[in-house]
Amino acid sequence: MDREKSIGAPSRSNPGKIVGYRRAAPGTQPHYLHPPYVSSHKRSPREPLIFLPHTLSEITGPAFGKEMVDVKACDLTRQHKGEPLGERIIVSGRVTDEDARAVAHTLVEIWQANAAGRYLHKNDQHNAPLDPNFAGCGHTLTDAEGRYRFVTIRPGAYPWKNHANAWRPAHIHFSLFGPAFATRLVTQMYFPGDALLPLDPIFNCTADESARQRLISLFDWENTIPEEALGFRFDIVLSGRDETPWEKR
Amino acid sequence: MKLQATTSQTVGPFFSIGMDWLVRENLAGAEVSGERVRVRGKVLDGDGRGVPDAILEVWQANAQGKYVHPEDTQEKPIEEGFRAFGRIPTKEDGSFEFTTIKPGSVPGPDGKEQAPHLVVSVFCRGLLRRLVTRMYFPGEAANDGDFALSLAPASRRETLVARKGGSASELEWNVVLQGTGETVFFDC
Repeated sequence: MDREKSIGAPSRSNPGKIVGYRRAAPGTQPHYLHPPYVSSHKRSPREPLIFLPHTLSEITGPAFGKEMVDVKACDLTRQHKGEPLGERIIVSGRVTDEDARAVAHTLVEIWQANAAGRYLHKNDQHNAPLDPNFAGCGHTLTDAEGRYRFVTIRPGAYPWKNHANAWRPAHIHFSLFGPAFATRLVTQMYFPGDALLPLDPIFNCTADESARQRLISLFDWENTIPEEALGFRFDIVLSGRDETPWEKR
Repeated sequence: MKLQATTSQTVGPFFSIGMDWLVRENLAGAEVSGERVRVRGKVLDGDGRGVPDAILEVWQANAQGKYVHPEDTQEKPIEEGFRAFGRIPTKEDGSFEFTTIKPGSVPGPDGKEQAPHLVVSVFCRGLLRRLVTRMYFPGEAANDGDFALSLAPASRRETLVARKGGSASELEWNVVLQGTGETVFFDC
């Protein structure tokens, strides 16, 4: 990189200089209107988005410290009196930016269906049992290396009304903040070998095959606990910096 | 660049079980300085129907125009107890309501001040990615020269500016996802 042209983080002497975050590579993020996904028909804008150069408003964002976070919220199997039904799993991974730098101490929220494919939500009318010992939600902070870890139950597939005989593949919703308003991400983690994946319009919302594959977790033998729980690894990448602030290189 | 950002996916219809713990409809407690405003509005779909399962997130500067963030190095005071973050779910009829303070001006491109604004993310079932917009305040002289407002076509700019409500502290602002009066959304 040309050192003369590299732009630093805002400083007192030059508060107007801003290093923005990278925009998505073509094909790696969904279009708002995705015809196979019926709910997108009336909820997607028709006008083109307007490119917004990042300012201080977009390169800053909320942070949530340890004082906000319930340490027990990362174990979804220990939130109730008894143990939830289903296959106990460890879901862990690393949150980095596109330059593979750790996103440390950032909030990760998850929510999911129970083992029978039912959400603890009043609008979920799927005729499958609720589990009194499973709420299906949790959160945690990444550590200094960007690592996170949840203990949960493998969620079940469930039917939805998008098209005839439509079933969502098993998935866990992830919500991440990252260092800035610009890095906010909500995504879904899927499981390897799920026969429903090729049929799911939400999973198949992007043109880029490798981008889709990265939504599928990997079986994680290293983090599998003998006699206890299977491990799945799901690494998450947030937008990287347009140019590295030269002070930090 | 070594890696590619993870693909976004919808929050789906049941996000409240995972996101409700962090709902913040009052962004600024009584101890926070600044002009208090109550913002009311609706999230509307392409048929003009309220969206009952949407959630907004708001981020803003304090009344002095300072963000609580290490990259805001302006010599302006931080206010303890002001997190500047809002998370506001819509109700059955698509309506939402939140209370905050009007932020001060923050610097924009070319060292020019931006008009006071909130940055807003919109999530709902049907949105595979969040939508990003801004809410500006009515009657601000600085709105005329604001760089982000100027990026929007003049005919649609008003969708980014709240309207005055019943009293001085009340504002109305809708988020129209599609169709007539569609809100300006940014590629952010």
